[in-house]
Amino acid sequence: MSKTLWAAVFVALSVPALAATTDAGKYQVILGDCEGCHGKDLAGGVVLETPFGRMVAPNITPDKETGIGNYTAQEFNLAMKRGVAPGGKRLYPAMPYPYYAHMPDSDVSAMWDYLRTVKPVKNRVNVNQLRFPFNLRVLMRGWNALFFRPQPIADASKSAEWNRGSYLVNGPGHCGACHAPKNAFGADKRALTGTSLQGWFAPDLTSEHHAGLGSWSRVDMVEYLETGRNAHSLASGPMAEAVENSTSRMTMADLDAMAVYLKDVPPSKGNGGGASGIDAQMKAGARAYELSCVACHGRDGKGSALFPPLAGNAAVRQVRADTVVRTVLAGAKAVATPKAPTGPGMPSFGWRLTDEQVANILTYVRNNWGNQAPAISPETVKRIRSELHSSS
Amino acid sequence: MNRYQSEDEIVNVVRGFEACETGADDFHHGEHLAVAVWYLHTMDRDAALDRMRAGLLRFLDHYEGNTSKYSEPITVFYIDRILEKMKELGHHPFPLPSANLSEAYVNTLGVRMGQCSYCGFCERFACGNYSKASAQTTILPVLMKKPNFELRTDSEVLKVNLTQDGKMARSVTFLDAQGVEYEQPADVVAVCAYALMNVRMMLLSKIGTQYDPVSGKGTVGRNYCYQTSAGARLMFDDKHFNPFIGAGALGQTIDDFQGDGFDHSKLDFVGGAGISCTVSNGRPISNRPTVPGSPRWGAKWKQATVDGYQNSMGFGSQGSSYPVRENYLDLDPTYTDRHGRPLLRITFDFPDNDVRMSHYMSEQLEKLTKPFSAKYTAVARLQKGWNSVPYQSTHNTGGAIMGTDPTTSAVNKYLQSWDVPNVFVVGASAFAHNAGMNPTGTVGALAYWAAEAITTKYIKSPGALVPA
Repeated sequence: MSKTLWAAVFVALSVPALAATTDAGKYQVILGDCEGCHGKDLAGGVVLETPFGRMVAPNITPDKETGIGNYTAQEFNLAMKRGVAPGGKRLYPAMPYPYYAHMPDSDVSAMWDYLRTVKPVKNRVNVNQLRFPFNLRVLMRGWNALFFRPQPIADASKSAEWNRGSYLVNGPGHCGACHAPKNAFGADKRALTGTSLQGWFAPDLTSEHHAGLGSWSRVDMVEYLETGRNAHSLASGPMAEAVENSTSRMTMADLDAMAVYLKDVPPSKGNGGGASGIDAQMKAGARAYELSCVACHGRDGKGSALFPPLAGNAAVRQVRADTVVRTVLAGAKAVATPKAPTGPGMPSFGWRLTDEQVANILTYVRNNWGNQAPAISPETVKRIRSELHSSS
Repeated sequence: MNRYQSEDEIVNVVRGFEACETGADDFHHGEHLAVAVWYLHTMDRDAALDRMRAGLLRFLDHYEGNTSKYSEPITVFYIDRILEKMKELGHHPFPLPSANLSEAYVNTLGVRMGQCSYCGFCERFACGNYSKASAQTTILPVLMKKPNFELRTDSEVLKVNLTQDGKMARSVTFLDAQGVEYEQPADVVAVCAYALMNVRMMLLSKIGTQYDPVSGKGTVGRNYCYQTSAGARLMFDDKHFNPFIGAGALGQTIDDFQGDGFDHSKLDFVGGAGISCTVSNGRPISNRPTVPGSPRWGAKWKQATVDGYQNSMGFGSQGSSYPVRENYLDLDPTYTDRHGRPLLRITFDFPDNDVRMSHYMSEQLEKLTKPFSAKYTAVARLQKGWNSVPYQSTHNTGGAIMGTDPTTSAVNKYLQSWDVPNVFVVGASAFAHNAGMNPTGTVGALAYWAAEAITTKYIKSPGALVPA
């Protein structure tokens, strides 16, 4: 048999097999939310603002010059799971390798197979724009020694579904990369109690009842992750991207597993409870709420089929005010998904509400209709307004 | 006979009669009639008759000590005559159908819409509450997610390019916001601009032949129709209409004089109109009704503006418009746009029939507004000599009408051009007449109708869907 014929037989046999692994690999890209940082075409360029300076996600298309076309499967595995690029170059944990370290080699290998099939894009990215001394990659050796200790996350006493959920949340889904508080070196604490980043407050995901998701049912969680909305809340900001690129494309079984796990996360310490001595703020806030907010969110704070409720909404009761203040000042756009295609927007009120009015409205919202959360001061609003101003 | 100013006054008369508090000397025919009309207004004929009988028997017993004056046949006769008269003169108002949402809604595509907050910025503005059903709120969010859909905003199509023989469209030429020119190849072109612009695009692209009013030949530009309006404005003292609370189409309407739905046997016209009372366009700066004769400047003008704003209400009618030979559209021989393309020229005046129809509606508005006893009432009366300056209606129709005969219509029943079969022209340009209401519902229905024909018929077998 001639060589050509053998080659043809080989191609005929290998195409379906390759298609299966690339489909599996594409699903790994969805679980890992690669598009969230590397962009829809995976050619990089998405900017991450960190306390240490600016990082730009690199090009991970198979382009040989500017992407990862020259990687081997083994090198890709090392980058994913150990944070080490070819030539021993240390990655920063903005690339969530401490989470990806939990992925089995077979899944990383499927991801690699898929990444080799995407369209190569020539796009040179200046990744490391961190301030000195953080721009010195060698520092990451020490960081890894101190903080990178992948520990097994399986728990034999829990159900298979719980374990799958735990794997997705703490592994490829890297939820803690946004929702876990950081230590002074930017390492995630092992908790999902919420933290400020990139001008937002990634909320408490624990089962706590005021700031956490204690009042969400398993069905509520699945609906939110699948569609970007549920009766309690709408996904906007960085979570809108996570829903669009990742969770809305996951299987229902995986979303359900994540919900099972999240419902079982022990409660945080909460938000510090309701504010006291705020009568004047509450009174002024009620008046300003009546004029600016009632049309959509309702006098009873219950919202409507389109607009989210503020009563009982954990997003407005977080310990820190970043998200709610920026939403009022700059507006927000909810994610649009196939199951919830509207993607409604909230307009900006920054141009017509003073810092004091915003503080009053939000303090009122955070302490009305059964909500309890610390008051917000005009100084906080002023700070966030100036941060928004300097970042835009 | 008394003229009652409010329902409360009538209710008082009824109460006085029923409780025998109104003296026999104060209960005359006028009061008797008012009670009967009130009964017939609030209950059905038999209940009204029972109530009237019981009331009269009690009244007679109270003041005369016997009921011998009561006559059942006379009571029945009057109740039935009054009911007849009420039906004859009375109108049948109902809430004006509109695409403003009175409550939150999730449509069949899963798109969510909010409840209207009556902010008064409906017309001329996008809706922040997602309460206005338009393509932007109801379907574009879904289409935007489709991999085979792309929307290019701020672009302007210059023309549809035809093949050498002019029998098929091959592409469209368009400019983007930066003025960069593109040519977009196409197998099917759907011309879906505003009605007038559809006609202009066909003429600029040489799709079909220009209508000539002298010879009566040609199809594009033919059967241009407008809308024949009438209206009334009433000014009062000491009212608080709060016109800033409003929506695009919030109000009551009557179809008692609509289309062919009423007796035309003694009338000298065909067609009709819907008459509506809506709260719209009430924004304080743009809406400044003043009583005619008020000062035009200074402190007194300001006072007249303040008084007029809260004390003014209006009625409007949207009347039918029939095509006539001399009303048509063509390309302007003189004026061009910024790209050097001829503008569209509208040759139009209200046909005599439509003027007579409009005058009849003005008469109905006079009757309708009289009982309000306003301080000032003005009922507009349409004049020949159409004027483009005062805003009248955006409801232009016709010019590229659908029909069964390629010599008298521009598109077939699927809105497919008779001349260039891969061009579909969708919009109010397809209407051969304009009815006495907004054309949007029909525009939407025809769009679905054409889209179905394109996807289920044309794509499978490209070519003329109706033999010429």
